[in-house]
Amino acid sequence: MREIPVNQVIDLVERLCIEANSLLGRDIAASLEEALAHEESPLGRDILQQLLDNAALARQTGGPMCQDTGVAVVFVEIGEEVHVAGGSLENAINEGVRRGYLNGYLRKSVVSDPLFKRKNTGDNTPAVIHYRLVAGDKLRITVAPKGAGSENMSGLKMLKPSDGVEGLKRFVLEIVDSAGSNPCPPIVVGVGVGGTMEKAALLAKEALVRPINQRHPDAAVAQLEQELLELINQLGIGPQGLGGRFTALAVNIEIFPTHIACLPVAVNINCHCTRHAEGIL
Amino acid sequence: MEKIRLKPPLDEKMARSLKVGDQVLISGSIYAARDAAHKLMVEALERGESLPFDPMDQIIYYVGPCPARPGEPIGAAGPTTSGRMDAYAPLLISKGMRGMIGKGLRSSAVIEAMQKYGGVYFAAIGGAGALLARRIKRAEVIAYPELGPEALYRFEVEDFPAIVVIDAAGNNLYKIGQEQYRRVDRL
Repeated sequence: MREIPVNQVIDLVERLCIEANSLLGRDIAASLEEALAHEESPLGRDILQQLLDNAALARQTGGPMCQDTGVAVVFVEIGEEVHVAGGSLENAINEGVRRGYLNGYLRKSVVSDPLFKRKNTGDNTPAVIHYRLVAGDKLRITVAPKGAGSENMSGLKMLKPSDGVEGLKRFVLEIVDSAGSNPCPPIVVGVGVGGTMEKAALLAKEALVRPINQRHPDAAVAQLEQELLELINQLGIGPQGLGGRFTALAVNIEIFPTHIACLPVAVNINCHCTRHAEGIL
Repeated sequence: MEKIRLKPPLDEKMARSLKVGDQVLISGSIYAARDAAHKLMVEALERGESLPFDPMDQIIYYVGPCPARPGEPIGAAGPTTSGRMDAYAPLLISKGMRGMIGKGLRSSAVIEAMQKYGGVYFAAIGGAGALLARRIKRAEVIAYPELGPEALYRFEVEDFPAIVVIDAAGNNLYKIGQEQYRRVDRL
C-alpha cells in the first residue's frame, strides 16, 4: 500500500483550481485560432480575437479568464493500492478548493441550499466530487470548474431505443439551439449516451474533460462527433450568439452499455474555455 | 466600424437613437447587480421604499465579479446571463433604468418595457472577464454587501465596450445575426 499524505492532496487541488481558471487549454486555443481563420462573420471574428486576447491576459497575470469561476467539479481516480494518510480524502479535496478559491481570488459561487435561503457558503465548498476506483498506486485528480451560464443550458432525455441515432441528433441540436447565446458560444458539447439516467449525465460531464482534438476511439462514435459538430455549426448561432459559423468548437461523446429498453442521452454544454486541470500524485 | 461614445446618464432620446449592431464605448458610472440584488431591489419597490440609487437614465451591468487581487480595483468581470433578471427588469425600466448590459436573449415582457419607456440592451462579451475588468477603474459596493459577489456595485468605467443587441424599437441582433448564417430550416 502506497501512502499519500493528505497535505499533498490539499496542495494539488488548490493549484488545480487556480490553473484551471487561468490557463486556457492548448487544444482550445488552437481550435479558437482555427475558428478565427474561418469565421465568416466579421463581428464573430472580432469576438473570437477578444476571447484569445482574454486568455492571453489571464495567462500573463495568473488571474481568472472569467468571473464565473464555477462550482468545483472534481474527478478522482483512486488506485486500489493507495492510502491517503493523515485525514479524509473528501475533507482534503474540499480544503484544497477552499484554499484555491481564496488564494486565487476566485469568485465563490456556491450557495448552501438551492431552494430556501440560498446563502453563499463563502468558500466555494462543497465541491461536487466523483470517485472512481482503478488499478494501481496513483491518485489522479481533475478539477473542472463549471460555470452556470453553460450548465443551465444542459439537458437529459430518456429516448426510446427506436429513436436511435436520428433521435439523438435531434435532441442534441434542440438543446444547443435553445441554449442560443446564453452559454457564451463557441461552446464545447459533451454528450453521454447509455447506462442509466445518472450515468448518462456523468458521461456527458466526463466527455468535457477529454481534449477536444482527440476523437472517440470507436470509429462510429468519432464519426457521429464530427457529424454533430457540422450540424450544430449550421444553426448559425455563432460566436456569442450574434450569428456566424462557429457555434461549437467540438462535440465529445462518451458511451456506456444500457438496458434493452433504454436510450438515455445527456447533453452537457461548456463555454469556450472548457476549464479543467489534472494532476497525478 | 466607428464606435459610439456614451457617458451616462443616458436620456431617452439618446437611448432611442441607438440601433442594433451599434458598438459603443461607455465611460463614467454604471451600476452592477445580478439575481439576488435585483430581487431585493424589486422587493424594496414593492414595499414602497426607494432604491439604493436613482435608476433614472442609468445603466446596469449584470455581473458578479471575482474578488480584486492586490493592487487591482476588481477581479474578472464579464457579463452573466441576462434572462435570469427578466422577472425584475420591466419594473426597473418603468422606474427610468435606461440601459442594461449582459448576454443572451430577453423575454418579450422586457422588450415591451424597453419599447414603451425607451430602453436599450447591450451585450458585452461573455467569457472575456479578464479583458473587461481592465475597463473598470473603480468599484464600490453601494448596497447589500451581505450578498458577497452578488452585492450592488457602482463601477467607474472607461471605454467599456458593448454592442447594442436589442434596441428601443425591439430589433434583435440575436435573431437577425443568426438568421443570416442559419443553414438548417428546421430540426
